[in-house]
Amino acid sequence: MITPRRLVTLVALMAFAACAKKQPPAAAPAPAPAPRVNQDSIDAANRARAAATAAAAEAERQRVAAAVAAETQRLAAAVAAARAKLAAAVYFDYDMDEIRADQLATLDAKVAIINANADVRIRIAGHTDDRGSDEYNLALGQRRSASIRRYLAARGVAESRFEVVSFGEQRPAQQGEDEEVRAKNRRAEFEVTAGGQNLKAP
Amino acid sequence: MNQAVPKARQARQTSRAVARRGLVSPIRWLLCIVSLVCGLTPARTRAQDSAAAGVRIGLTYDRTGKPGVAITPVTGSNADSVRAILVRDFDFSDRISVIALERGDAPSGALNYPVFAKLGAVAVVQAVVTPAGALHVAVHEVAQKQVILVLNMALPAPAYSPEWRAVVHAASDSIEWAVLGQRGTAGTRIAYVRGNQIWTVDADGGSARPVPGTAGALSPAWHPTGMKLAFNVLPDDGRSRIVVRDLMGGGVSRTIRVSDLNMSPTFSPDGSQVVFAAGSDGTDLYTASTAGTEPPTRLTSRRGSTNTSPTFSPDGRRIAFTSGLIGHAEVYIMDADGSSADILTSTGFGDQLYRSNPDWSPDGKRVAFQSKINGVFQVMTISIRDKSTQQLTSDGENEDPSWAPDGRHIVFVSTRTGSRELWVLDTESSRARQLTHGGRVQNPAWSPLLSMSNQP
Repeated sequence: MITPRRLVTLVALMAFAACAKKQPPAAAPAPAPAPRVNQDSIDAANRARAAATAAAAEAERQRVAAAVAAETQRLAAAVAAARAKLAAAVYFDYDMDEIRADQLATLDAKVAIINANADVRIRIAGHTDDRGSDEYNLALGQRRSASIRRYLAARGVAESRFEVVSFGEQRPAQQGEDEEVRAKNRRAEFEVTAGGQNLKAP
Repeated sequence: MNQAVPKARQARQTSRAVARRGLVSPIRWLLCIVSLVCGLTPARTRAQDSAAAGVRIGLTYDRTGKPGVAITPVTGSNADSVRAILVRDFDFSDRISVIALERGDAPSGALNYPVFAKLGAVAVVQAVVTPAGALHVAVHEVAQKQVILVLNMALPAPAYSPEWRAVVHAASDSIEWAVLGQRGTAGTRIAYVRGNQIWTVDADGGSARPVPGTAGALSPAWHPTGMKLAFNVLPDDGRSRIVVRDLMGGGVSRTIRVSDLNMSPTFSPDGSQVVFAAGSDGTDLYTASTAGTEPPTRLTSRRGSTNTSPTFSPDGRRIAFTSGLIGHAEVYIMDADGSSADILTSTGFGDQLYRSNPDWSPDGKRVAFQSKINGVFQVMTISIRDKSTQQLTSDGENEDPSWAPDGRHIVFVSTRTGSRELWVLDTESSRARQLTHGGRVQNPAWSPLLSMSNQP
């Protein structure tokens, strides 16, 4: 989440960067006609001073731009990470809809992200491996998605934020019949169906 | 249980081998032709002598074998194909021993009945495709030496089209009805799912074709008229719904969505109701009128557990279904109003915890289902009366049984060839045949008797 303080810092940096960018490159106002005697040295001094100011301004501009770029990059990475955490699949044991202990962290990571994005709606799709009845597996996939909605609701996320569906064994993540493949197919997938355009990292 | 299968198979092979030997023996064949031509009259056979009173049209029915039906060579355009389809339909009925006369002209005029009797034929089928494109069939009853059925059916063009084949299948069923007094299934079709849409295939494996308007469909179920299908649609967004679609071009007559998951529809035997499973967290069974708009009524109330795959008893008074009530899938039976639910598959399965996909037999006496045995599923049946079970398959994994309307054949998904194909099993002889080719099929549903396959 973007804290207010961080936001202020960011806005300030961006404002400064914008100003720095717009400032014309150190054009000192032309002095009024003056005694010609020292004019050359005065001009030289002025030029040197102007150049120094311009260099300093340029350095500052670059420093700010880099900071902004870094912050933007950090935020983009945070959003990408949040997006990935939101989409991370959760895996199940054979013929079970209970959430495995080793999957809780994956689900807990979603809670803060969903809470930080009030507009986000998520479709939870339950899937099964290829063993068993097609129809029973369709129902099992539904129990899996409902089981996840129940867990997330218990962690404080409104049930209305979720749509729960099942694809049973109809859409395997991987093809094959060994246990490794089947374990990958016994899963729930998460798809952001609304509010995903301006996702904020918590 | 498993020992019975090879024995039955052996018996069948023996009887077929005898029949074949009888036919291909050159001397026998020559005699037969000579007899046909010269009108020799051999002595009456034992088969005729033992014709039992009470059996329809006086036919002999050898309980260890099958009544023989001779098919004389067919003449006319596409005659060989017509004959091949008739022969195959009788063969696949598993109730007729086909005596196919391979060569020579079709005998004209009065048949030499005693010769056919000696061949073991209780009936003789003569078929002709007329220049006008009609299929003429005469069925002779050998014992009574008379014609018992005459068919005159228009063969729609083009030849070999599904409609053309349907007429030949209808002829097969009419002949079977005339000869045996039993309705055949040659004119029935099997609906199934391949590539996320519904297909149908003729009972002999021909005319496989997709059903338009069924994208994303699963679990097809036939209306008792054979004119509608109910199925569940599972689109890309997962918002499943039940759809009732008219197969005669009438479009969608009802769409039902009562919860997040809506699946596994079946029709009541009178066709007025569609019962299906729906729920958001676990599923219950619901009933809705086939054509109405009123909201569905819930039949079960076991929130959190799975209740799915309903199938009606033929009298419409009870429903068998799969339930996960006790933590794993078993088959249950309840009254059609949802009351008096009780487990059906309760005993004798050891620690193999999974039985599902019930399909009630047309005679009401048994329920076919799939049961996990040694880690894979096999097709079994269980008696409603005493809960005795019978294992029907053991080769590969075999799932999702559906009864033919003749009450003796079952279609199911089998992996015995390495890919998932439909197979048809004759539950009486244990003979199995492959119905589809191309793999990746699921959810077979055998149609009721279709209008063209009824008696003429």
